[in-house]
Amino acid sequence: MKTDVLRSSLAAVVLAMAGTQAYAATTVTIATVNNNDMIIMQRLSKQFEAANPDIKLDWVVLEENVLRQRVTTDIATKSGQFDVLTIGTYEAPIWAKQGWLAEITGLPADYDLDDVLKPVRDGLSYQGKLYALPFYAESSMLFYRKDLVEKAGMTMPEQPTYDDVAKLAEKMTDKAAGVYGICLRGKPGWGENMAFLSTLINTYGGQWFDEKWTPTIDSPEWKKAVGFYIELLKKYGPPGAASNGFNENLALFASGKCGMWIDATSAAGKLYSKAESQVADKTGFARAPVAVTPKGSHWLWSWALGIPATSKAQPEARKFIAWATSKPYIERVGKEVGWASAPPGTRASTYANPNYVAAAPFADFVLKSINEANPNDATLKKVPYTGVQYVGIPEFQSIGTQVGQAIAGALAGTTSLDDALKVGQAAATRAMRQAGYLK
Amino acid sequence: MRANNTLRTTVLGWAVALLMFFPIGWMALTAFKTELQAVSTPPVLFFKPTLENFAAVFERGDYLKFTLNSVLVSFGSTFLALALAVPAAYRMVFHPTPRTGSTLLWMLSTKMMPPVGVLVPIYLLFRDAGLLDTVTGLVIVYALMNLPIVVWMLYTYFKDVPREILEAGRVDGASAWQEVQILLLPLAWPGIASTGLLNVILAWNEAFWSLNLTTSKAAPLTAFIAAFSSPEGLFWAKLSAASLLAIAPILVVGWFSQKQLVRGLTFGAVK
Repeated sequence: MKTDVLRSSLAAVVLAMAGTQAYAATTVTIATVNNNDMIIMQRLSKQFEAANPDIKLDWVVLEENVLRQRVTTDIATKSGQFDVLTIGTYEAPIWAKQGWLAEITGLPADYDLDDVLKPVRDGLSYQGKLYALPFYAESSMLFYRKDLVEKAGMTMPEQPTYDDVAKLAEKMTDKAAGVYGICLRGKPGWGENMAFLSTLINTYGGQWFDEKWTPTIDSPEWKKAVGFYIELLKKYGPPGAASNGFNENLALFASGKCGMWIDATSAAGKLYSKAESQVADKTGFARAPVAVTPKGSHWLWSWALGIPATSKAQPEARKFIAWATSKPYIERVGKEVGWASAPPGTRASTYANPNYVAAAPFADFVLKSINEANPNDATLKKVPYTGVQYVGIPEFQSIGTQVGQAIAGALAGTTSLDDALKVGQAAATRAMRQAGYLK
Repeated sequence: MRANNTLRTTVLGWAVALLMFFPIGWMALTAFKTELQAVSTPPVLFFKPTLENFAAVFERGDYLKFTLNSVLVSFGSTFLALALAVPAAYRMVFHPTPRTGSTLLWMLSTKMMPPVGVLVPIYLLFRDAGLLDTVTGLVIVYALMNLPIVVWMLYTYFKDVPREILEAGRVDGASAWQEVQILLLPLAWPGIASTGLLNVILAWNEAFWSLNLTTSKAAPLTAFIAAFSSPEGLFWAKLSAASLLAIAPILVVGWFSQKQLVRGLTFGAVK
């Protein structure tokens, strides 16, 4: 009797195991960042799993910088824990050069790669080969309060200059009422304050490195641009500006405390949503301001999905990223979540869609900004690098963050502008020498 | 005079307690706000509580899976650490060698190295041993990570156990194992329990290794919280809700074992 029970349970276990084997799905592990677009993707991906029962999706959601470190460790040690990576235009070409990413080929015929905006596609390519598919893309622009500009008796030009911004900020600021003329990123980091500052320096005619890779952080252009930034924020910015990033400024603007804010075009959707912003009907937009040259005055960034070369489930991963960046996906988001939430900046067809254009009054404007951002020609003088708000070399993360910290110190008043730029120049020179760019 | 002193101590005690509780209390409050209320300045104190953050948190992640991993990892690593540390501390206290003192110091010195310094070697070892993203892997790392503290704590507790009792046992023919099992463990129990509890809390809160060595299968609650942190978009209320859910189990355990913990930490304080 006892053996019978034992035997039948054994048989059941074997059968169950055989059963799971027969239906064993390939697991695709996706490493991604936490933002609203990715949350929507995670939610809608259940439909992908339902349509592809042989693929199971596992999600690892991390904060941007943690994700970068986590994924870099995994790829550099060739551990193959991830099958899909969320990467930006900064990483894509650098990682492709290292041989860390699988080239994107064999996309389904209806994917229509030509529909993907060219600057975005170029940003995700290395030596003419594509290494990631864009999930959304953004440029930068100026948001302002229409009512405050009117109250000041002024008008906002379609293409403002930084002099205009300073004048408007002065008129809009009413510290007693808790309204500050200008909000800008101050939190240190290569993707934080330095993203904005790089565009400011570009338009003031400066650059990160000269043609021989010598840092130019102590140049007059930098001093002028950064000096302008610090004075503007000190006079007309909110208190504690040195710790404000995208989120903090978004919250300040949305609660009516900022007159102007220059940041990512992706903020537009949030600022025009009545659920997220108290000033939704008073928000206007203009192009990112310029100073000496229009070159590099607005950035280009894209979050994209790539496949590490170490992935053991590349065909399945490719199927998923093609699905998540396809035209039908964008339409699905539009229909099921709302057209204002459709991933922006990636496809010409999105901007040709009347539903999207109706839901997003800023649509054409964003498209134009993205199309005009040119990472290959973003500075007045010639430079040996690509990138608008960053420099496309691996060393830049560390250099950018160190310079960002020095400038945040000057903004907070703990050091002088000259000292901050001197510290930044020294840090950048040291890093470039160590990396072998300089002798 | 005495009444004055008591009053002063009470006020000071409450002030310190409230100060320490404030971040947790604020987090709990934020968890029930909307995202806009969570970031508004001046901060909102009175509002209509909402459960939408908890709904959003549950929708995005399998909370129970993460909790189970946290329980397995923190208790597993505690048992492993105690199993290694009890014999080590016994040996160091009752049969010391001339090098025991420096061994103890050396063990503690390993805690002074920042973990990121050994990330790549450990990552490679784990990759080759197939331990990446496994509960076993995390149990091993956590146990080793906390081992110096566990040995040190047990060492001080065992020191308070009179040697004579163990010697008497030896005279009666007890083996080393029986000495530990029958005499030492029951005598030092409050100390062992509080060491274990502290280890559970340390392992529960550990975020560096859990974020770096797991992906999805073995990820504990710290990875669950990390999923709600974001530099782009408003997530404070959801992050607070996730954090509240993550500390809830350990809060309950701590509440029930409060007496044991205090007794253990003050064990041997008065000689």
